[in-house]
Amino acid sequence: MEAFTTHSGRAVPLRRSNVDTDQIIPAHWLKKVTRHGFEDGLFEAWRRDDDFVLNHRERQGATVLVAGPDFGTGSSREHAVWALQNYGFKAVISSRFADIFRGNSLKNGLLTVVLPQETVELLWELTEADPGAGITVDLPAREVRAEGVVAAFELDEHARWRLLNGLDDISLTLQNEADITAYETSRHSFKPRTIEV
Amino acid sequence: MGRTLAEKVWDDHVVRRAEGEPDLLFIDLHLLHEVTSPQAFDGLRENGRRVRRLDLTIATEDHNTPTLDIDKPIADPVSRAQLETLRKNCAEFGVRLHPLGDVEQGVVHVVGPQLGLTQPGATVVCGDSHTSTHGAFGALAFGIGTSQVEHVLATQTLPMTRPRTMAITVEGELPDGVTAKDLILAIIARIGTGGGQGYVLEYRGSAIEKLSMEARMTICNMSIEAGARAGMIAPDQTTFDYLEGRDHAPEGEEWDAAVAYWRTLRSDDDAVFDAEVFIDAAALSPFVTWGTNPGQGAPLSASVPDPASYEDASERHAAERALEYMGLTAGQPLRDIRVDTVFVGSCTNGRIEDLRAAADVLGGRKVAGGVRMLVVPGSVRVALQAVEEGLDKVFKQAGAEWRHAGCSMCLGMNPDQLAPGERSASTSNRNFEGRQGKGGRTHLVSPQVAAATAVLGRLASPADLTDASATPAPAGV
Repeated sequence: MEAFTTHSGRAVPLRRSNVDTDQIIPAHWLKKVTRHGFEDGLFEAWRRDDDFVLNHRERQGATVLVAGPDFGTGSSREHAVWALQNYGFKAVISSRFADIFRGNSLKNGLLTVVLPQETVELLWELTEADPGAGITVDLPAREVRAEGVVAAFELDEHARWRLLNGLDDISLTLQNEADITAYETSRHSFKPRTIEV
Repeated sequence: MGRTLAEKVWDDHVVRRAEGEPDLLFIDLHLLHEVTSPQAFDGLRENGRRVRRLDLTIATEDHNTPTLDIDKPIADPVSRAQLETLRKNCAEFGVRLHPLGDVEQGVVHVVGPQLGLTQPGATVVCGDSHTSTHGAFGALAFGIGTSQVEHVLATQTLPMTRPRTMAITVEGELPDGVTAKDLILAIIARIGTGGGQGYVLEYRGSAIEKLSMEARMTICNMSIEAGARAGMIAPDQTTFDYLEGRDHAPEGEEWDAAVAYWRTLRSDDDAVFDAEVFIDAAALSPFVTWGTNPGQGAPLSASVPDPASYEDASERHAAERALEYMGLTAGQPLRDIRVDTVFVGSCTNGRIEDLRAAADVLGGRKVAGGVRMLVVPGSVRVALQAVEEGLDKVFKQAGAEWRHAGCSMCLGMNPDQLAPGERSASTSNRNFEGRQGKGGRTHLVSPQVAAATAVLGRLASPADLTDASATPAPAGV
């Protein structure tokens, strides 16, 4: 996983709530068997409309998405995270994220930042008025900064440590393999097996 | 202090607990399908890892599979390549696979329970958000992303933060014609699509206890639509009766030991939930969605709501957008909404009881002119059972299309899709924009409402069919 420390960039204000993962990346894109090449599928249906914010010339190259509440609901497809990253987003700010999407984002180094809806509104107003306005997401300080906005955010210490160091969960878990083996010997014998091994 | 059902199952699976870290949970059953696994197998290969517990892993093909001409090569080369990738990965790593054409093939969440692999007190994961279905057995079952699929393949564990618990207590009798689907749609409308975020839901109360296993699966299936990764129902005699004799259910002394353990899997009387919701079953009626998220629903007898009636600004904007996308106007009676397509199937309502319920309404009737009805069994086993009962004939005689098993039009990864602007009544779980095909409009309904809607060509309940005043749909929507 790519490490995340501090990122500064321009923003895309997305004034929509309940942005589900079918909107982020439609199902027909899920037939791909790689983790890359999803950028053209990001918000595919909405991007057909020239007025959609992502299509505005001044939003090209923006790296911070500021979205309405309940971002990433629905399907567990990690392709939604890959699509955002493939497009160039480094962080997403919302007042509420769906659980599975949040977990997927943090596994890939896409920082999902929870801020109060009032702060999201301030960031929308700021970045709509000035598309050049930058937003800084500072993970070591657990703080989002923009002109006139300094907002602390929460992220549990373990997730933060993993992100800052770009650590791979599987390697971390395998350090405790003896615990897994010990647990395996204590399981109920009536538990089902899919095959005899 | 007592513990909730979810806490008991959680505690029984903790491999390692350390201050400041998520718990490391053991996973009893890992279900795989073609869409969310290829990148996970690639990760194993890149790191020289193997599948730790092949005996706790099983794969099926469902999302991409066609429901017509399944004996011919799959027409879409990209879908075909994805299925071939799963076959190659399963062969290389030694994973049990039920491919298209196999008698155990079907939607992953229909296959697990019918094989008896889904059992009370188990932890079940799959790279699919509707894994919550398996919670109907008192399992802790949740959807995961592809990175976690790789993690489970490599370690048979997952680091997880302990969720909070929410009790959803449903007391009383569901009125005639009101189903598990109506109940869960009403619950989602009540608590919202984000209401369950961070929680495991436990459905309980006298109305839940009376439900069959299949109805319980319908309820738990849609927990994710309320934002909860998992939903659970305490196992009871209904659960044990469903499981006994299935392929992978324990036998003899093992069965007795299992049942003795399963009986302990109930929330203690003094357990404290972090949140509680109470629902009066008797007050419910057939429920349908009008909008573009599963929380935007209302009783079938109601009208399309006026966005101006929402106090919350984001809900108001969402309702405005939804009406525009759905081509509906505020105040329009839901029963006046005409549909082009009716879909019966999916991991929500693609089991035998769902097909029986739809066939029961359709028997001796015809699908309205201009309406296309697709019936897609959740698995090959469900299809075979339906044929044995003659349900396929009922559907065909009514003018519906009887198809092969798979996810089909629930998400339209295969050719079963809505055309732009087309409107469906669908027994599936998501009414998101474009979910069933680019520009398609989806109303979520129960199998009974789906069948009645097919007959009248507009959103309807079976009671509308016996009503002498029932008339075909008015012109326009």
